[in-house]
Order: sequence, then structure tokens, then C-alpha cells
Amino acid sequence: MSRNTQSVRSEKGIGDSWRTVKEFFEHFRKQSFAYPYVIWMGLFVVIPIILIGVYAFTSAEGTFTFGNFSGMIDYAPVFGRSLWLAFLATVMCLLIGYPVALAISRMSPKTQRIMLMLIMLPMWINFLLRTYAWMSILENTGLINRFFASVGVFDWINGLHAADLHYTPITHFQLINTSGAVVLGMVYNYLPFMILPIQSVIVKIDPFVIEAAEDLGANSRTVFRKIIFPLSLSGVISGITMVFVPAVSTFVISKLLSNGTVMLLGDLIEMQFTGAAYNPHLGSAISLIMMVIVIICMSVMSRFGEGEEQAVVM
Amino acid sequence: MKKTIPVIICAVMLLGLFAGCGGSSKTPNGVVNVYNWGEYIDTNLIAQFESETGIKVNYKTFESNEQMYSVLKQGGVSYDVIIPSDYMISRLISEDMLAAIDFNNVPNYSLIDDSLKNEAYDPDNLYSVPYMWGTTGIIYDPAIVGEVDSWEALFDEKNSGNILMFDNSRDAMGIALKYLGYSINTTDETELNKAYELLKAQKPLLQGYVMDQIFDKLESGEAAIGPYYAGDYLTMHQDNPNLKFCIPKEGSIVFVDAMCVLKDAQNKANAEAFINFMSGTEQSMANAEFIGYTSPNKEVKDLIDVDDFTKAIMYPDVATLANCEAYINLPQETLDYYDSMWVKLKS
Amino acid sequence: MKKKYTGGRIFTALTYVFLYAPIIVLIVFSFNSTKSRTIWSGFTLNWYKELFNDNLIMSSLQTTLTVSVIASVVAAVIGTFAAIGFYNMKKKWRGPLLTVNNIPVINADIITGVSLALLFISAGAALGFQLGFTTLLIAHISFDVPYIILSVMPKLYQLDRNLFEAAQDLGCTWFQTVYKVIIPEILPGIINGLLIAFTMSVDDFVISYFTAGSSVQTLSMTIYAMTRRRISPEINAISTLLFAVVLILLVIVNMRESRQHKVEIKKEKMLKGLV
Repeated sequence: MSRNTQSVRSEKGIGDSWRTVKEFFEHFRKQSFAYPYVIWMGLFVVIPIILIGVYAFTSAEGTFTFGNFSGMIDYAPVFGRSLWLAFLATVMCLLIGYPVALAISRMSPKTQRIMLMLIMLPMWINFLLRTYAWMSILENTGLINRFFASVGVFDWINGLHAADLHYTPITHFQLINTSGAVVLGMVYNYLPFMILPIQSVIVKIDPFVIEAAEDLGANSRTVFRKIIFPLSLSGVISGITMVFVPAVSTFVISKLLSNGTVMLLGDLIEMQFTGAAYNPHLGSAISLIMMVIVIICMSVMSRFGEGEEQAVVM
Repeated sequence: MKKTIPVIICAVMLLGLFAGCGGSSKTPNGVVNVYNWGEYIDTNLIAQFESETGIKVNYKTFESNEQMYSVLKQGGVSYDVIIPSDYMISRLISEDMLAAIDFNNVPNYSLIDDSLKNEAYDPDNLYSVPYMWGTTGIIYDPAIVGEVDSWEALFDEKNSGNILMFDNSRDAMGIALKYLGYSINTTDETELNKAYELLKAQKPLLQGYVMDQIFDKLESGEAAIGPYYAGDYLTMHQDNPNLKFCIPKEGSIVFVDAMCVLKDAQNKANAEAFINFMSGTEQSMANAEFIGYTSPNKEVKDLIDVDDFTKAIMYPDVATLANCEAYINLPQETLDYYDSMWVKLKS
Repeated sequence: MKKKYTGGRIFTALTYVFLYAPIIVLIVFSFNSTKSRTIWSGFTLNWYKELFNDNLIMSSLQTTLTVSVIASVVAAVIGTFAAIGFYNMKKKWRGPLLTVNNIPVINADIITGVSLALLFISAGAALGFQLGFTTLLIAHISFDVPYIILSVMPKLYQLDRNLFEAAQDLGCTWFQTVYKVIIPEILPGIINGLLIAFTMSVDDFVISYFTAGSSVQTLSMTIYAMTRRRISPEINAISTLLFAVVLILLVIVNMRESRQHKVEIKKEKMLKGLV
């Protein structure tokens, strides 16, 4: 109760009456702690984004133009591909991550801590290295194909088609340099970002609520559907955010695992700034559209969520 | 827990902050920032230069001329020596991005073969000193793709899944244009469009667009055929003797890479010292032996210690060279077309 | 009513195998006697020797550590004070400011990197500086501070507001209140945020790639450049060492935590015994 009156007192603004001049100054002094950072944010967060907008709407000569956007239709396949692959990766992370998060939350606290530590451990290893690791596994001469070759899978498949004259014998499965490889890379890199938020929210669900439901006759399916899943939604939203946004904007994963055959939005933007086709205006235009897409997705998500999602991960 | 974390943090901080002190004592004469192709230098030479002159070398690499150009154009970087190819040098000269070299500081320039002086890209020899030259051709494993003598092999469906292609617009278009019988420097839109269509048709057959990643792929057998530079073939051949090299009958590309100093270079004197060092006979020869490219130094051809097979590739005969064309810089319109076409192709 | 969640446990085990398999492959082949990353030919420590002799990798490791340490510490200071400031603000200012604060967290890092590069290059052209260690540091601080704030704000909300009053009643000036009372209370949040910010800085690639310029390189940038060229198992060696270091750190932290936990349980039992 005293908390409420306290918060009322501290909500005073400039126009309200102050008990003492001291209170007035103190209030501003407390606030002033944030002023340096507000200036910093203005300089290094807001202005850069405004610059992107400026570059997006200017041409190389410096005149205002919509020209950078008019050619955007040419890149529709890249947009589509990025959104689709990111969507696939997010769905797969959800399908794999949710059950794992659920299973972990049901373990004893000591085991939980170890399991969480084991999930975070790969996250600490540079993601470039982790993506590079998949190259050795997926390549035509990589581990998976070598394994299949050594147990005779390809000979068997070639044998099945022996009668077909137009058939060229295969020596490997095409795993790398495919969209599948890119999605796999995304799932592998971002799966922990799905598991951790969901687990941290499920763990906070009051076990008595579950007990009460069971006492009222719900089986485990209903308990999940009506209690656990709805209560874990904020973690799910958090996880989706933390997977989808990096997935839609990555360029390293597609560069390493597809050798430039699968071009994503990140590759496209990188190309315009430090890659093979210098055009920062086009790059800014694409970045602007990407930001808009992300904002739209996030607003759609927050309709389902309840806010403060980022704090969930902490 | 409360105490461990601060201790660990302090340990890491101390490690980080003190790990690098003492580096400048060995190199008191400043730095030189070098921007070169990847896999294009014998690293012992860098160490040798540092110990001989006391200048620290910050060595960074780029993947293609176009990528180097983007980075320089974007700004905010401070390189002293750059080593682009012929056509890129003429582009940089026309855009006033290079500094005239003071040849009093580069006496080894006199060792450069006369046939490489007064070239089209730097007619008055003001801005560049040749570094290496070579030819482009097809590197392939005959056990998988058979014998190859034409660019056609790179577009052939039966090699699908085993083909690699250049990850830069001029080399890729150059090959397509050569295969179609056009000049690699054409500005004719019909010809360029035909080449683009050819590249588009090739894309589904490709394993990937690569530059230096090609080394591992051809050496390990991951891919079986791809275009690249003669010097790199020699390097790959050492690890995989099955590989063969051919300069296709339709003709190919001959290139010169040269060392230049950027106009706003902050260490011009050190840059010229570096250029002079790399042009010396001993150094150029060691470099050529290591990377496999052809040295522009006129003394090296007789002194270089390589077997006949290597020498034949390093110094192709006159007939082969006559069939090779050199890039020249294209007008801005064509360059814009190249850029937009390249982005569309990769999309 | 102990349920056997075997299905879930098996699935979880498989997922962990999926997460660790590539890392194990990396580690195993870091000891391979040939360059091959897929055919085992014999045991050697050569790649580790080459790694330590590689000046570029060592200097980029040093750059990474220096930048990450300085950035996360500076971010911790700026962020903590900012969080205290935000906490004391009226809601109508706090809301939008916190949203702007979250932008680097939510925004794709390529956009953060590219936008900062545009800023630094335009400002650099006008003021005469180049991309380098300073711009790299500023970029890192900019994306580290939000993590600090996100970590400290919940702790601030958990504070008993009476603490302010009590401290001042006992004669503390405002500054004394902050340094001696508030900060110790929110210290776990600050440390937590510091660790997260440090991790994000060490692991960052994209933002560093666009803001570091030509004179400095972080470890991620060096690794990326290595993957664009002839791949050497030195990369495997780096991975193994990173993995070992992180594993040891986490084990130590975990051991300390469980030991503290045991001590606390003992204390509780003793208290209960007395009561």
C-alpha cells in the first residue's frame, strides 16, 4: 500500500506543486543520470537510422529521388526467399525448441542448470566457427556423404536404376549449396535463442495452477493446451523475435553454406556497401524496407504478446 | 559466485589490455597498410620487410577488384599500398584516386621487363609498378570431366553440380563473352545481354560462385572444374597432381596486377619502400615461386628455380598469349550495367 | 505422481547431440595431421603451433578482448546511470526512450552496422577521421548499453522504494544514496548485464565488419577472412581453444554456484534446527 502512495509522489512533473525546491532539484538530478545516454542514443542510434533514410531517398548525385525503390521489384525473389527461409527456420526452431524447453523445465533444478549451461556453451563459440563446422559435414566430400558412400548407399541407389539408360550414377547427395543447408545453418545457430526464453517462462508457471487443473479432471493434453501453452506465450514470442530477425538478415550463413548460390537480403545489402557492386543508396533502400518488414512482423507479434519480451531472456 | 565473476573479469581485462604491449618496439619506423588479393604473397617476405626496414606491415586482403573498389569508394579506410588489376588501375586513375609514385624511391623499377611498361592502363608509368602477371584458364580434374579445351565445359550440363564460377562480374562476363566469340571489353548491349543470358542459364549447374574458396574445393575433389588463374593452378597442382590446366581455344584473359599508392595515403614513403622491396629480384623471385604467378622482373625468368612443367605455365608461349585479351576499363554506363546485371544474376 | 517424460527426454538428448556434433567434428579435426577436414590421417598439434605463430590471429584476439572489455565496462557505467535516470522519469518520457533504447537489440545487426558505418564515414569525411578502433569501440558500446539497461531495470523495479527514504532519513546525501545503497542492491543486475554485453561484443561479427575499417580487425573478422580463402585447420584449432576456455569458465562458475547453494541450504537447516 505504501508503494502506491510512493509512486504517486514520484510521478510529479514540472507543472505540479512541489513541497520544497529541494525536491524539485532532486527529481531532476535523479533524471539527469539518463541525459548523457539520451544524447548518446540520439547520436548513435537515431541519427544513423535517419541517415539510412536519407541515403535511401537520394541518388548518387545528391538529389531527392524514389529511383532506388523503383527497381525493387527486381529483387522481389530475394525478399521472398529471405522471408520464406527465415519463416521455415523459425518454425523449425519452434517445433524443436518448445518440446526441449518443456522437457528441461520438468527436470530437477540442479539438472536444469546443467542443461541450460550446455545450451549456452555453443552460443559462446563464435557463430562463424559453428557455421563453418557444418561445411565439413555437409559437403559433397563431407562427413555425411562419406559415411553414406562407405556403407554403400550410393551403390545401392545406383543399382536400383541400373536399367535406366539415361541415369547418371550419383556419388553424393547434394546437401550443401542448397536452401536446405542455409535453413539448417539458421536453425543450428538460433535454436538456443528459442529454447532459453521459452524455458525461462515455463519454469515460472505456478505448479499449483497445473495441480489445480489436474484436480479438476484435465488430462495432460488439456493441461498443456489450456494452461502451459497460453502462459508460455510471452516466451514463445520472445523466441520467435530472436530467431526471425537474425534469420531474415543474415549473410554469413548463406555465404558459407551456399557459396553465393542462395542470395538473401543480408547478402544483397552487404554487396551494396562493401561487396562487388557499390551502391549505398540502393543498399539503404533495401535496409529501410527490411526495417519496415521487421517492424510490421514485430507489431503483429506484440498483438499476441504482453510486452517486456526482451526482459524475459535476461 | 559474487567474487568469482569480478575476478574472472579482472583477469580477462588484464590479459586483454597488456597482451599487446611491446609490439611497437620491433618496428620503430611506422606502419604501411597494404591491401592485396588473398593468397597472393609469400608471408615470409612480409616478415623480412619488417625486420629489414623496421616498418610494420598491416596486411589485409580483398576478394576481387570490384570489392576493393567498393571498400575504397565507401571511404573511412586508410590503405597505403593497393594491388589491383590493370583495368581497375585505369579506373582509379580516371577517378583521381591514386598518387603519382616518386620513382626515386623505387629504384628497382628499372628491373621491370620493358614489355610491361607503358601499358594501356598506365600509359605514362606514373602510378603503378607491376607486381605479378598471368593468364586465366580452366582448372579441372580429367578423371571426372574428361579432357577440356573449351569454355564450353563450364556451361555443359553433364558437369552439373561440379562446376565453380568466378565470383566477380568482369571475370564471369569475360568468360561468357569469350565463349560467345565477343571481346571481353565490348560495350555493345546486345552482346552483353547474350553473355548475361548465358550466365543465367549456367547458374543452376553451378556448385557455387567462388574466388579463393576454389582452392579447397578443387584440391579435395569437392568440385571438378572451375576457371581461375594460372598461378593458383600451380599451387593447387602441388596438393592434387590430378588437376590439369587449359587455356581454352576460344581465347582467354591475360592480366597484370600492379602496386599503387592511394592518393590520401598516410604513409607514402613507407608505401614506396614496400613497393621497392617487392620489386627486388630476390623478393620477386621468392614470391613467384611461392604463389606460382609470373614475375614482371626481367631477371627472374632466367634465375627462377622451377621445373619445366611449371615454367611452361608461368611463361606461356607467344601463340597462347596472342590468343589472350587484356581488360580495359569500361565507360561508366557499361560499368553500371555490369553492376546491376551482376546483382540480378546472383539474386 | 512422478511422470516419466521419456519421450521428451530422448528428444532433448537428440537435440543436444545435434547442437554438439559439429563442434565435436571441429575439435577432432583440429588434431588432424593433414589439411583435410573430413578424412582423418593421424594426430598432430601442428595447427595449434601455427595458430600461436600467426600474428594476425593473435593481434585480432587482443583487439577483440580489449574492445569487448572496454565497451562492456563503459556500457555498464553509462547503462546503469541511464537506467537509474529512466527509473525516475515520468512514464510518458520513459516509454519512448526505452523503445529507442531497444532498437539496437531488435534491429538486425546488419542494419545497425551499415547505419553506423554511414554515420562514421560521413562524419569522418567532414571531421577528418577514419574508421578504426575508436569507431569500433563506439559501435560496441552502442549495442552493449541496451543489454545493460534491460538487465538493470527489472532489478530497479524490485527495489523497495522505502530504501531511498530510509537512507536519506539516516542522513545520506543523494549521491551517497546512489553509491552506497542503490548500486549494491542492483549489482547482480549490473554484473549479469555486463556478462551478456561482454558476450555479445566478443561474438559480434557483422557490426564490427562494417565499423572497424582498415587498421583493426576483431577475431570474428579474421575468421571470416580465413573462410573466404584457403581454409586451414587453424580455424579448427581456434574453435577448440575457445570451446575449452568457455567450458572451463562455465564449469568453475557452476561449481561455485552449487557450492554456494549447498552452503545456503546448510544455513537454512541450521536455522530450522535452532527454531
